[in-house]
Parts: sequence; structure tokens; C-alpha cells
Amino acid sequence: MLDGAMGTMIQQYKFTEEDYRGEKFKDFKVSVKGNNDMLSITQPEAIKEIHRKYLNAGADIIETNTFSSTTIAMADYKMEEFVYELNYQSAKIAKEVAQEITALNPDKPRFVAGSIGPTNRTASMSPDVNDPGFRAVTFNDLRVAYRQQTEALIDGGVDVLLVETVFDTLNAKAALFAIEEIKAERNIDIPVMLSGTITDASGRTLSGQTAEAFLISVSHIPLLTVGFNCALGAKQLTPHLEVLAQKAAFGVSAHPNAGLPNAFGEYDETPDQMASQIKEYLEKGLINIIGGCCGTTPAHIKAIAEVAEGFEPRKVDSKN
Amino acid sequence: MNSEKKYLKLSGLEPLIITPESNFINVGERTNVAGSRKFLRLIKEEKFDEALAIARHQVEGGAQIIDINMDDGLLEGKEAMVRFMNLIAAEPDIARVPIMVDSSKWEIIEAGLQVAQGKCVVNSISLKEGEEQFKEHARKIKMYGAAVIVMAFDEVGQADNYKRRIEISKRSYDILVNEVGFASEDIIFDLNIFPVATGMDEHRRNAIDFIEATRWVRENLPNANVSGGVSNVSFSFRGNNAVREAMHSVFLYYAIKAGMNIGIVNPAMLEVYDDIPKDLLEHVEDVILDRRDDATERLLDFAESVVSTAKERKVDMSWREKPLQDRITHALVKGLDEFIIEDVEAARLVAEKPIEVIEGNLMIGMNVVGDLFGSGKMFLPQVVKSARVMKKAVAYLLPYIELDKGGVSQANGKILLATVKGDVHDIGKNIVGVVLGCNNYDIVDLGVMVAPEKIIQAAKDENVDAIGLSGLITPSLDEMVYLAKEMERQNFEVPLLIGGATTSKAHTAVKIDPQYKNAVVHIHDASRAVTVVGDLLNKRINEKYVGDIKADYVKVRKGFANRSSRKEYVKLTEARKNKFKIDWSETTIKKPNFEGVQVIEDFDLTKLVDYIDWSPFFRTWELAGKYPAILKDEVVGEAATNLFNDAKLMLAQILNEKLLTAKAVFGIFPANSVNDDDIEIYGDAERNDVNVQFVTLRQQLKKKEGIPNIALADFVAPKETGIQDYMGAFCVSTGFGTAELAAEFEKDHDDYNSIMIKALADRLAEAFAEYLHEKVRKEYWGYGSDEVLSNHELIKEDYKGIRPAPGYPACPDHTEKLTIWDLLSVKETIGVELTDSLAMWPAASVSGYYFGNEKSKYFGVGKITQEQVRDFAERKNMDFETAKKWLNPNLAD
Repeated sequence: MLDGAMGTMIQQYKFTEEDYRGEKFKDFKVSVKGNNDMLSITQPEAIKEIHRKYLNAGADIIETNTFSSTTIAMADYKMEEFVYELNYQSAKIAKEVAQEITALNPDKPRFVAGSIGPTNRTASMSPDVNDPGFRAVTFNDLRVAYRQQTEALIDGGVDVLLVETVFDTLNAKAALFAIEEIKAERNIDIPVMLSGTITDASGRTLSGQTAEAFLISVSHIPLLTVGFNCALGAKQLTPHLEVLAQKAAFGVSAHPNAGLPNAFGEYDETPDQMASQIKEYLEKGLINIIGGCCGTTPAHIKAIAEVAEGFEPRKVDSKN
Repeated sequence: MNSEKKYLKLSGLEPLIITPESNFINVGERTNVAGSRKFLRLIKEEKFDEALAIARHQVEGGAQIIDINMDDGLLEGKEAMVRFMNLIAAEPDIARVPIMVDSSKWEIIEAGLQVAQGKCVVNSISLKEGEEQFKEHARKIKMYGAAVIVMAFDEVGQADNYKRRIEISKRSYDILVNEVGFASEDIIFDLNIFPVATGMDEHRRNAIDFIEATRWVRENLPNANVSGGVSNVSFSFRGNNAVREAMHSVFLYYAIKAGMNIGIVNPAMLEVYDDIPKDLLEHVEDVILDRRDDATERLLDFAESVVSTAKERKVDMSWREKPLQDRITHALVKGLDEFIIEDVEAARLVAEKPIEVIEGNLMIGMNVVGDLFGSGKMFLPQVVKSARVMKKAVAYLLPYIELDKGGVSQANGKILLATVKGDVHDIGKNIVGVVLGCNNYDIVDLGVMVAPEKIIQAAKDENVDAIGLSGLITPSLDEMVYLAKEMERQNFEVPLLIGGATTSKAHTAVKIDPQYKNAVVHIHDASRAVTVVGDLLNKRINEKYVGDIKADYVKVRKGFANRSSRKEYVKLTEARKNKFKIDWSETTIKKPNFEGVQVIEDFDLTKLVDYIDWSPFFRTWELAGKYPAILKDEVVGEAATNLFNDAKLMLAQILNEKLLTAKAVFGIFPANSVNDDDIEIYGDAERNDVNVQFVTLRQQLKKKEGIPNIALADFVAPKETGIQDYMGAFCVSTGFGTAELAAEFEKDHDDYNSIMIKALADRLAEAFAEYLHEKVRKEYWGYGSDEVLSNHELIKEDYKGIRPAPGYPACPDHTEKLTIWDLLSVKETIGVELTDSLAMWPAASVSGYYFGNEKSKYFGVGKITQEQVRDFAERKNMDFETAKKWLNPNLAD
């Protein structure tokens, strides 16, 4: 059981610019409101509280608050130089909470997954319609940025790495490359989860790949799980998860949104509605790890966890 | 060893899985500069469109993988590989198949792997340079997630007989699988196909040894695949295609039976095995299988009698037979520009006016594209390609259209497009631009991250007929609302178009439309833009059209009113109670060393050079990165360095020739806050004479326990404490002379320097503000006399006290500038004026307040309620409507 949305929970705190800034960044040169990742530094108690809520709702794995903590994504807030600290602190506080809850019930150990987001640039597509050969970011830029993030996450104590919301497989491949480099240098083995995102009715990733092509493109690394998250609700995600469930030699994960966003970018699906959709996954034996993305709350996770209680996870077939 | 059978899986945009049932996987070889002279020429001449056509031709002709090779002495192989692969990535009908990255140079292979999202094949590596390099490359390939072709080649040389082939294969396989951990199914052996029938005895077994070695590999090296370049085998029969085609077929027939499952072969050079004449077949099989000692001589004799009947296997061109409109639509939907000129010309000849081809034929096709896109049957890269075909067609038609109008080109209208502040996503906007441009609209594209002031200014400057805003991330929605408010505030009349992934009809109806009394239209997708803009700008029908939309949006709003949840705001009295508290009894306030107003005329600009924050300068030029690192940036470093050198040259000229004049006025005064939110500035030391009163705005959003609702007035000691506090105000400008210099440059059509002078003046103004703030802290006021800060720390604002500016988040009220102008006599002393919108002129000016309290900090006022606006109006002696107009952007719903 994975946790649910961080952003949705942070919104409930209605933090202001100055809350975001906290003491450390009180005189920071640009507006930072909306930079959720920095709250791990400036509002750690709130982030820990969110982690705690998800763990109490039944999550076995919580994700660090580091979705955008790469130099590439942080450039929007001019916070590139704080990337190590952002990741390290986020990992550290998540781990603290996980250990705290584990201590209460050692039979149900809790884990921390280091969230590695897609950045806001794409290595496979040109942002310039008149120059389709142009790229705003290179594999190497991404590899270096992901390295920094991953090293800090590992230093901060994460148990698993979660490369998520992959809209461009090439970005994900750069992340996997960086992770493999670190594993080799440090002579460690840390499980890696990878989760793509299918963005629209075409049933493809933003960079144009089908679910199966995506799976093939990332299967060179021994993953703990491969899956999909975000963009679609649980219902719309089903056919794509079926592809993974049939073909993947790894575990399969899903953390869908709470339904499709309405016109205001809000998610309407209630915990019960979402849980009943997830039940279909479980009945079909599609998944090994389940959680929530945009719009989900501890209530959603609790409802899903309760439903999942009665089912066996999907059997992993390494022959695939 | 793992006994389970595993299959090679590759991917482009779509998967390719090579199973026993998939027969033989054909690799396209025409995009190989070593194999195709035409392709080499196209790459050399940078005719990438035609080079892409070759790749497309191959995929349409049945190639399941395309081999790309740029190894040529006269090419920059690495750049050519990256460029071509990036271009292929933008062509979904090519990119759907996996790519074989082919080079003898490792750096080219690695560069290719770095630009492919799918799982590629590397062609190739071998033991030629020894085990260490072999392993190192294999490890890297594994990390990049590609399969690999291993040549039967080792330190000694190329395997040219059966024994050497299996020996090298076995050794390579064991190293890859056991030492590198390479997936066995990702290994493809190229066992070297050499020519037969060369007349030399040692070549007689070339084909059969390959075939036998293939069988051995497939039986003894689990999951490994076998590949090869087939055309080599018939090398000695160059010029006799009939025999060559038969040789290829026979060779493949036996090699595939033995287990060869991948190969590079030109499908056009392949006869169907069953169609080979019996006598020819017998002679060819004798040679391939080395069945007779005189096989070669017999085939040579026979070959002379064979009439060459080369067959070119055709790409499906049946669409060319269809009616004209179908052809045009097909070309647009498929993004094929090869025949579009021809077809458009045909359409033009039957049309009454050339413009009808655009409005009729081409738009019919574009509508199909729009429908397919809307229903998820086409995706973005294809639509962009469609637009390119459209552009090409329109470019061809334009001269005729102009001719038709008697030589005068009359655009349908001028449309401003911009991606709003804070958002970098512009694909959709660019498409709208292209599509509208195709339909004879002039496009003023302001690019991405465009500040609202810039949009407003450009709309005025360009006198546009409509403004289109785009955004993909949710914060962009607020920017659009703000723009609508600004347009209303500044009495705009032109339609406002809203588009982008995060926008919606509902949001437009509920949040944007009510802000602007003229037309606001949400455009769901780019293909709809033309119709909408056409209707809006059509004088005959626009009134009804706008009325219909407005009515529709009212309906949407009513529907929404029942369900919307609202942000919580606190009453002004409550917000005041929750003010930012400073313990004044513990606070020491420095009495300024200087009180009153000081004017600085003709300031020495050279003192400002060290205070320049260069990073925003590069941002002005859309070069991303921080100074000075940007100068060494991998991507923009060169451009940034050149720009920086030009900037320094001009800066030197400005300084030497005193081209710009810097002036400043500032003052420090006795001050106390009164009635929570206002600050009285006193004209006398006794604090009886109130010179001016600054009116500040207070945060009203409901805060969490312990978080204050701040106003700038909180940073000044309240009058009732009896504490004597102070504050300051300033205005600096380095803009005098800028406009004249820019105009000079523009007269010479030198836009570069025109922008440069403005950008430099802006930087100097900011530097002046920073410099002056430091002087004030350290000397004039003197509370920071002990601070020692580097330029870097200054830019990071690591000092005590703030200098917030009216119009910025801590003080969103622009009208405070009027008070500053009054207090300091800014216009009279240094000549900086305020426009109707309260913008400063010259533009390179900065004004603001000085707060010295060490607790003071920058913050954003955020949304406020009508209650505060009313209160503000009273305090300002302003009527409510005027106050509301100025504060509209900050007004909560």
C-alpha cells in the first residue's frame, strides 16, 4: 500500500507566501509560493503530519515530498542550489515518521520511497514548433540532475526510489542511468519503482509511446515495480494496467488520480468510489502496489487499504 | 543456464517483439550514409526533410527497424546522428519503429542512445579492441537500455570460417552474459556475410559457413539472435540485379531456416523465393550451398542469359489516385508535404480566387485533423506536422493571393499570442499561431512567460484585433483572470481568447468572462481557433456571436454557483488584530544620520557596474541560467558569452561617452504607523505636521493559528507607543537617454542594439536602487553601518530592511507612487514621470519605500475583500469605484 497525494494535502494548509518562505527563505529573491517541496524545510511539521496521516490510514510506503526537487525543476524558483538539502530533509523527515509508526507496530514495517519526478522539460520533444530537432534539455542534463537528487535521497535514508509520472521515457531512462551509476559507485542495491503516465485518450505517453513500448523501454533495469500514475482516474487506467499486468516481469503498481479533474482542476471521486474502482484491479489481479495520486487523501487510502485487505497481490511472472 | 526462452523486445513509439512466429525482421538500410549515396548527399546538404522522407519511405515499405549511420569522413557524425534522430522523434510515423544506432565510433553510438526514448539496437561492438573496452561498452549499452549487435571479430581479426565464427560468438556471449550481466535475448550476432562466387577457392564456403554458424549459435547460445547484411553475399554480381535478387532470396531462405532472424536487406532487391526460375534457382543454390566445384563458373555463364528485371516494391501510393480534396486532406492528416504544392496548384486552378483554396480545400483538411485530434485519434506531433504542411501550402498561395488583390496583402487581422507569466508551455500556442498564420492573420507572438504588462503594452503598441492567452499549469489560470481584469481596467475592447490544457469553458465562464465586458472565448483546441477568430472579427456577425457566447457563459456560471466552495477571508478588524507583532519595547530604532530629501543629479554610472545583477539580463534575452555559470553553459554558453561581450562593449561606450544619465531622489523621515494600516510621515521633528500618509494593504486570507496577517505598516512603530520611528522613500532612474538611443538604432534597423540599450538601462536602474539602498543603510540612515556584503549577497538580499515597491506583492497598490512623487517631488527634482497607468517613465526606473526594522520582510498581500477596498478608499479619499479599479487584481471573488 502506497500513500496518496501530497499536493492535495498541502493545499488544505492554505500556506501563504511567507509560510512557504519560513525563516530560512524569508528574504528569498523570488516568489516561492507553490514550491511545495521546500515545505520539507520550512514547514517540516506539516509534512510529517501528512506522512503520519497516510501511515495511519494504512499506507506501507510513503513518498518523500521531492517531486520537483531537481535543479531543472527548481530553476523556476531559483532554488537550484538547495536541491541537496530539499531531498535530504524530505527523506529524513519521512524516514523519521516511518520509523515512529513502525515502532508502534513492528509487525507492519513502513517504508519510504524517494519521489523522483519527471522535471518540467522533455528530452524527446521540441518546445519549438518550427524546429522539431531542438531539445530544451539533454540526457546528460537530466542524468546529472537526477544524480544529485538520488544521492541526497539515499543519504537521507529512503528505502526505495520511485521514478514517477514519467511523461517522456527518455527522461526516465536518464533517471535510471543515474541510479545505476550510483548503485555501482556505492556498491549498494536499492529497489527502484517506475511509474509512467498516460495523458490522454490516445492511450499513449505524452512522448507518444504505447504502454507496452514504454514497458520495453524501461525493462533493462531490474525494477521492483513498473506502473502508471496520475493523469487518469482509476477507471481510465485499467486497460493500460492490464497491458503491464500481462507483460511485465516486475511487480505492477498504480497510483491513479481521484477520478478525472473537473473544469477547475479539482478531483471529485470520493474514497468509496475510488476504492470500488480499485476493487476491479484486485479482482483481476492486476497490481502489486496501489496508492493514490492527485486529489487523493488519507480517507481514499484508508478506503482502498480496506478493500485491498481481502485480496492477494498479482503474481509476478519473471518469464515475461 | 536459464532454460526458459526469452525474446528480443525492442521499441520505438510501438513495441517490436521478435518471436519465432515473427519470421524475419527486416532492418531498413537506406538511412545509412555508407550504403546510400543519396542519403549521404542529403545529409551533407542538410536537406533533412528529404532525408526524413527516405526514412519514412522505408517504414512504409515494411522496414521494422531502421538503421541509421552517419560515418563519413566529411560529416560531423555525432551532430548529424543527434540531429537526425531528434528529427525522427518528431515524426510519429517513422518513430514508431525502433532505431538501430549504427557507427564504428563509440561517441556517435552513445550520442544516439542519449536521444532515443525507445529501446534501440547498437550496431555494433566486438572484441576487436580487447575485452576491457568490449565490457565497458556493453555495460554502458545496458544502462542505456539497448540491445546490441556483436560482430564476429576479435583481437586477431574478423571471423571468416565456421570455427572462428563459433569461437568468437561463444567467447563474446559468455563475457556478456556472465561478466557484464547482459540479457541474453538482447544479444544479436552479426556472423559476417561475405561474398561468394568470387572465383577464389577460399570464398566458396562463405555463405554456407555463415548459415552453419548461425545454426550453431541458435542451438548453443540460448536466446541469442543472428543478423547480417545480406547484400554482401552477391557482391560479385554487381550490375546483374536479377541474379543478385535470386542470390539474396536463396541465401535468406537457408539462413532463416538455420535461425537468422534479423537482417539488413533492401526489400527492393529481393525476389520471392518461389518466383525464382527453376534453372536460375538451381545455379544459385549450388553457389550458396557450395554444392559443386564448378558452381561459380556455371552461374557466371548462366547469368549472362538472365535479363535483369529489377522490381521496386512500392510504398502505398494509392491515395494519389483519389479526388483532389481527398489528396489534400490525406496530405494534411498524414503531414506529407511531398505533393502538397502540386495539389494546391491544381486546386488553385479550379478555384475562383486563390484564397478559396485556403478557406475551402485546406480548411476542410484541417478540420479533419482537428476532429481526429479532439477524439484522441491523432496526437500532438502529428498535428504539428499537419500545420507545417498547411504553412507550406499557404506560402505557395500567398503570392497569388496578393496578386489577386492588386498587389496589396491585406491580413485578416492581427492577433497577439502569449503564454502567460510563470508558464513555459507554448506548444498549443505555437500551433494556434501557425494555424492562424496559415489563415492570413498577422501573428504577434510574445513568446512564453510573458508578463501581463508586456501583453497589455504590446496589444496597445501593435493595435491588435484579438489577444490569445495560453497556459498549461494551474497558476496560469490566475494570470488570465488578472489579464482580463487589466484589459477591463484599461478599457480594452478587443476579444480575449483563452486556450491551453489547464483552461476550460467552465473556468473561463466563471472566473474570466465576468472580468471583461467584451468578448472572452475559451478555445478548446487549436483547430477551432480559426473559426472562432473569424467569427469574432467578422463585423457582420460578431455582435450576435459575442452575445451568444456571453449568454452561454452566464448559464455556465449559474450552474456553477450552486457548487462552488470559497476561500475564507477574515474581517479587516480581525486581520488587524492578527497583525505582524513586533515587540517595540525590545526594539532599538536607529535615529537616521540624515533626515530630509536628497537629490542626486548626474550620478557616476561607473560606480554601478559592480552592483549589476546580470542574471536577469540573460533572462531578458531568453538565455536560461545564472551569471556567471551561464557563460560556460553547455547549451547557451557560447551565445551568452557573445551577448555578454557585446553588452560589456556597449556598457563601456555608455560609461565613456556618458550616453545615459542617472538621477535619484530619496528621503528619510520621522514616521509612525496610525490606525493599524497607515503610516504618517511627519514634516517636523515634533511629529505634529503630517506631510503625507502612506496607506498600506493588509493580508486578509484566513491564516493558521500563529501566522499573522501582515501589512507594511506593521514594520513601523505605532504612534501610541511614543517611539520615534522613521521610514524612507526613493526613486532612481538610469533611463534618461535610452529612448533616443534606441530610436537611433532602430532607424538603422539595428534591433539588436535597440534591445541591448534598454536591457542595460534596466540593469543599471536596478543596480542603482541596490547601490542607493546600501548607502542609505550604511550612511544616510546608518543602521547597517557594520554590514559587509558581497555583490552576490546583495543580490540575495542578505541585509536588514526592505525596499518594497508599489505595484509589487507587498504593496499591490500602484497609487502609492503618487504619494511618493508628492513626498519627494520626484517629477520636479529628477523628471521621472508617471503614466496614466502609473508606470514610470523613463522605463528604466525603480521607486519604493525604505523600511529599516530588522523584522521587516517581503511578503505578498494576496487577495483582499470589498470591505478593505471600501476602508482603503476612505483612507485614501478616493471614491469606492476608483479604488476598486486599482485594486481589482487583488479583489477576492
